[in-house]
Amino acid sequence: MNTQISVSGRGESALATFDRHRIRLFARVQQPELRRLGVFLLAAGAGMLPLMAGSAHAALTKVPTNGADTLLMLMGSALVLLMTPGLAFFYGGFTRAKNVLNTMMMSFFMMGLIGVLWVVIGYSLSFGVGFKSPFIGGLEFFMMNGLGGPLGDAPLADGFAISATSFALFQGMFAIITPALISGALVERISFKAWFWFTLLWSLLIYSPMAHMVWGGGFIGPLGTIGAIDFAGGTVVHIASGVAALVAAAIVGPRNAYPNATRPPHNVPFILLGAGLLWFGWFGFNGASYFAAAGAGLCFITTSASASAAMLTWCLIEWFKGGKPTAVGAATGAVAGLVGITPAAGFVTIGNSLLIGALTAVACFIAIQIKAKIQFDDSLDTFMVHGVGGTIGALLTGILAAKVLVPADYFPLSAKILAESGNVGLFFAQFKATILTYGFVGIGTAVILLVVKATCGLRIDADDEETGMDIMLHGEEAYEPMTN
Amino acid sequence: MKKIEAIIRPSKIDDVKTSLVNAGIIGMTITDVRGFGRQKGQVETYRGTEFTVEFLSKVKVEVVVEDDKVASVIEAITGPSRTGEIGDGKIFVIPVEDVVRIRTAESGSSAI
Repeated sequence: MNTQISVSGRGESALATFDRHRIRLFARVQQPELRRLGVFLLAAGAGMLPLMAGSAHAALTKVPTNGADTLLMLMGSALVLLMTPGLAFFYGGFTRAKNVLNTMMMSFFMMGLIGVLWVVIGYSLSFGVGFKSPFIGGLEFFMMNGLGGPLGDAPLADGFAISATSFALFQGMFAIITPALISGALVERISFKAWFWFTLLWSLLIYSPMAHMVWGGGFIGPLGTIGAIDFAGGTVVHIASGVAALVAAAIVGPRNAYPNATRPPHNVPFILLGAGLLWFGWFGFNGASYFAAAGAGLCFITTSASASAAMLTWCLIEWFKGGKPTAVGAATGAVAGLVGITPAAGFVTIGNSLLIGALTAVACFIAIQIKAKIQFDDSLDTFMVHGVGGTIGALLTGILAAKVLVPADYFPLSAKILAESGNVGLFFAQFKATILTYGFVGIGTAVILLVVKATCGLRIDADDEETGMDIMLHGEEAYEPMTN
Repeated sequence: MKKIEAIIRPSKIDDVKTSLVNAGIIGMTITDVRGFGRQKGQVETYRGTEFTVEFLSKVKVEVVVEDDKVASVIEAITGPSRTGEIGDGKIFVIPVEDVVRIRTAESGSSAI
């Protein structure tokens, strides 16, 4: 997501636009109905660090909305949306037949819950500037009010030819899939009520600040203090969901059947179907994150090439080690490669994308073996694939980013770091961003889960867990054996 | 009358069916079953975690015949289903008290 929409608006220079927005939004927050919420969020987000320097970067010029670029975003939104049911199939295949509907609902339901939340306030908290905080957005886009001008076709910001509306939709799809990813660590035991409240709070209190800090012109990103780059969500989506999964699995605890009475995946073809849909959707996830149709081909290729290299690597490791390349391994390897290239897709050469895919696959493979040895019940390896893969990808982005692909007008601080201290300097920026994400997400997730645990409990009864999540939580079964 | 219950390898069901039909058997019932005998289970690995699958897939074939046909039916089953490896399965012969054809209410050997 190579944008910094703190410069949003239609002014002649970024600074002027920024100031105009700031003044207008400041006036809005004075309104009594927004004030109470504003005070609460300001207390959480502001005052910790000085306002990020809105004037420090080169001015981008205003460009009219471009149809092709905007269409890329709309197509990308549809592609990324499909990843969530894809993920539902990917995860659903791994669980027992009696739990498949609940597992799939944990992902699928996010299209409802987070879909509404994003329109109401999630987008505003992520990409608004009203609070002038490096950690959280604002309230000016409450209900997506005024987004993209009266006709919804106004460009996102100076230097961006995509419409603001297409950007907001595209970002919403990321907000939907990120909490869905966490479900892999918690399947077959967490109550649906706990999942509902956890994802609602997590999206508001963890995802929106992360998106603002990395992409919204905040603390971590190239307009902020650290200057890390994250093309399509290595930190915001994958490290965040992976770390949340790790912490959540530790707090919720293992399934009662783990490790001695667990069963093999109930439907491996579902896993392959899901992985295929994820790969397909990832063209939108990474490719459309370029925000311009003309150059998006690079990200489309790096994305697919990394997935190919990772699948190949994974299967070759299995082949040499255990004698057989597995279908589950091929699917897992491809997803690992897609995770690894996510922060790097628009910043590295095509050749290096193969390297990123292969290295991510090796790291995730080792992580999964370690998890199996120490018997930690991150049930579907969310941290081992998304956390580890996202971390490797974020760090490799620092090492492998090409100067020409990190232009100073869009990524001022990152380009400055690259020019002054090269890839080593950028690596350290990426490292800092990664550590910060681990800390913020880890602590935040723990606090949210403990609150949910104290108020409505986390797990279903042991008896119900044994009977099956589908019938106990949803009153349905996926497969009725006597139907004919 | 006897019921012949044969537990065989799933891959042999088509050959066994053909062989039984050729032996003059006009009806049978088959069921997907799982179990183990001397063959024991098999080990499957998913993402580095090993699962021992004790119960392997088999097919159960049930045929009811007159006593004098038992030997030929057993021969018709064992012929195509034998590989010589552990896991070929077993045949049980069980006495049957009566048979009723639901459509006509006939009973006894004419209902077979």
